[in-house]
Amino acid sequence: MQLPKRQFAVWFFALISQIVGLSPLAGLTSHPALAQVPRPWEMDMQPAFSPMKQGIIDLHNLVLVLITVVTIFVAGLLAWVCYRFNEKRNPVPSQTSHHTGLEIAWTVLPVLILVVMAIPSFRLIYYLDRTPNPDMTIKVTGHQWYWEYTYPDNGGVDVESRYVHDEDLKPGQLRLLAVDNELVIPAGKKIRILTNSADVIHSFFIPSLGAQRYAIPGRTIELWLEADKPGVYYGECNQICGQDHSKMPIAVHAVTEAEFKTWVEQAKKNAGVIPPNPNVLAVAARTDTGNVQR
Amino acid sequence: MAEATHGDAHGYGAHGDHDHAHDHKPGFVQRWLFSTNHKDIGTLYLIFAVIGGTVGGILSEIMRAQLQFPNNHIVTSGQEWNTIITSHGLLMIFFSVMPALIGGFGNWFIPLMIGAPDMAFPRLNNISFWLLPPAFILICIGLFMGESGSGWTLYPPLSNATYEPGMGMDCTLFALHLAGASSILGAMNFITTIFNMRAPGMTLHKMPLFIWSELVTAFLLVLSVPVLAGAITMLICDRNFGTAFFDPAGGGDPVLFQHLFWFFGHPEVYIMILPGFGIISHVISTFSKKPIFGYLGMVYAMVAIGVVGFVVWAHHMYMSGIDIDTRAYFMGATLVIAVPTGVKIFSWIATMWGGSIRFDTPMLWAIGFLFVFTLGGVTGVVCANAGIDEIIHNTYYIVAHFHYVLSLGAVFSIFCGFYYWIGKMSGHQYPEFWGRVHFWMTFVGVNLVFFPQHFLGLAGMPRRYPDYPDAFAGWNYVSSIGAYISGAAMLVFFYVCYRTFTSKVHVADNYWGEGATTLEWSQTSPPAFHSWLELPRIK
Repeated sequence: MQLPKRQFAVWFFALISQIVGLSPLAGLTSHPALAQVPRPWEMDMQPAFSPMKQGIIDLHNLVLVLITVVTIFVAGLLAWVCYRFNEKRNPVPSQTSHHTGLEIAWTVLPVLILVVMAIPSFRLIYYLDRTPNPDMTIKVTGHQWYWEYTYPDNGGVDVESRYVHDEDLKPGQLRLLAVDNELVIPAGKKIRILTNSADVIHSFFIPSLGAQRYAIPGRTIELWLEADKPGVYYGECNQICGQDHSKMPIAVHAVTEAEFKTWVEQAKKNAGVIPPNPNVLAVAARTDTGNVQR
Repeated sequence: MAEATHGDAHGYGAHGDHDHAHDHKPGFVQRWLFSTNHKDIGTLYLIFAVIGGTVGGILSEIMRAQLQFPNNHIVTSGQEWNTIITSHGLLMIFFSVMPALIGGFGNWFIPLMIGAPDMAFPRLNNISFWLLPPAFILICIGLFMGESGSGWTLYPPLSNATYEPGMGMDCTLFALHLAGASSILGAMNFITTIFNMRAPGMTLHKMPLFIWSELVTAFLLVLSVPVLAGAITMLICDRNFGTAFFDPAGGGDPVLFQHLFWFFGHPEVYIMILPGFGIISHVISTFSKKPIFGYLGMVYAMVAIGVVGFVVWAHHMYMSGIDIDTRAYFMGATLVIAVPTGVKIFSWIATMWGGSIRFDTPMLWAIGFLFVFTLGGVTGVVCANAGIDEIIHNTYYIVAHFHYVLSLGAVFSIFCGFYYWIGKMSGHQYPEFWGRVHFWMTFVGVNLVFFPQHFLGLAGMPRRYPDYPDAFAGWNYVSSIGAYISGAAMLVFFYVCYRTFTSKVHVADNYWGEGATTLEWSQTSPPAFHSWLELPRIK
């Protein structure tokens, strides 16, 4: 979208990191990674693995440049004023208290800056809102304190996803991010997510896919996911939901379409499958009319 | 009466005998418990704010200690953690920032600056203060019972009887009722006083900016707090009397609460910062020895912020499943607020431009305010973008943003007002060296606390987490170190208070000299128990 500006942002943060003396910033270069997790000393957004997140990052890079320029401008003015107009250097104060042109300028200029920002911003939220032609639908239900994923398009496969306790962590599993059953999705497909909650409000939040919505009891909220490539994308519950709020992470496992079909078959055979409840089916029936392409 | 000469607008030379000002005061109980004197009530509010802020601050230190390392166990359970964050938020907002900026400085300086003998309703003033200590006790009951773990936003269903069954939650809700009633009564008093008791000749457009800021704040309080009162009344009914306003099982809607809460909650953030704007304006004008630049622009920027502040509440709810067009509207309206705020920042800098600036402690706080408020303001523009908010909603980016405008902005303005007026209020000047130490320690400390939290938020660390994935450890460690520095700065503040109040040196009426032009500087320091018995005339 705005390549030079983006490079500027990268350069800016690299400069800060040089000054502060930190390790090179892992999060800034978007090298493909199988497991997308937050990195130590990360200073910017997690890299994008979905078109939505790419849009968000592009807009953020524009906004970041604007606000950095504004902040440096204001800080520079402050520094100059303190230097030039201190008591020693300027013993006799002026008594100017009006300048109509100046006042109009600092009202109109911010408006122009905001308009520059608002146009891509409005475009982005309408793009993010929902996908017109989802390939499949998954129902996400928040519970105290685990997630439940239901696949109405795949025979109502139902998965409960809980965090892995510290003592059960296997090598390579990340504390407070690893889960027992991941949310398995086919990569490259547009997936409609319908959030709901069985108890209190939770928030379904996956930073690297650029998706977040609350899960609110008594309400179905629609959002969509699309993972560019196979991998595991971690997220977390992001709305205070009681004592184990920090212990209900989300792991989205994007796989190829073939792998996904195998997974569905296995999940169906798996004894642990909970029979889909009628409530789930009702939602699925309502939302599936029309445009499911399979 | 003897004080009449002190209260005179031309009373510059009448400060020879300061002990005189202490005459005719009632006994301790009569004076402090049944007080109807705006200065005494202001003092009570300020002491109360220091106590509330200290308790809230101790909670922040506990929180930062817990978050210093991943897998820490200083806080033993998630529920305990949730209760601490709830109490921290409520204490800082309702029992520290508001009492200091509105009850404290408002009561002290509205009558002094508009040339009125006292507030319009002195007894109402007394009850608006004395509703607060019981509210504070109720909040502490909720805290110590560990039963108010809903976050300060109190969203049901988490705050309803099923998920938070203890009485502690009811105590917290009732505390907000009392604090809200206190604010409404105080605001009515402020509006009446400002509209009816200005000195002859002081038209609205000649009113000092601090008075304007308190007036706009009072209007925001009167219009928004009743909505909070309604929401928590419904919540209390849901909890105790079987109603289902917010319970989907009974046809209610949890999102309704969010609308009501933020219809109050968003104006509330301007309630906390607007009086600070007023203080900063006076300090900058005083120490630059220049009149404020673009007075009318400053006034109407505050009015505009107040008005627009009422129509942007749902930007806190982008994730609640509200309609896309609604989100687009709230995004646009929110971005608009940046314009009047920018007008204020630029007008402050223009006030300094061409001035002859002295860098006493109050001015340091004011300049510090300009910097941190600009930073908090520009990140507000980032948060306003509903698209970017998909990623930063409820993360530490939001925590960093609102602490930059409140914990840094509003609190800097409180300290700014303290150092600016403490000589006027107490008659003794603060120790300049320790005031500067306090400023620089706070400035370094709080920036170290909150700047890294932007990074944590962008990387996706959710707020209200007692423990976090190990990748977030680095910046959390830095943030905690900053919190300890800020905590140490608070100790310096207490030392400054100690030195000030035990000082034997008395200050002159107008100890800041030519730049300080508002009416309170023509009173003695401290002012007589009853001031402006003879009304000043404004040309």
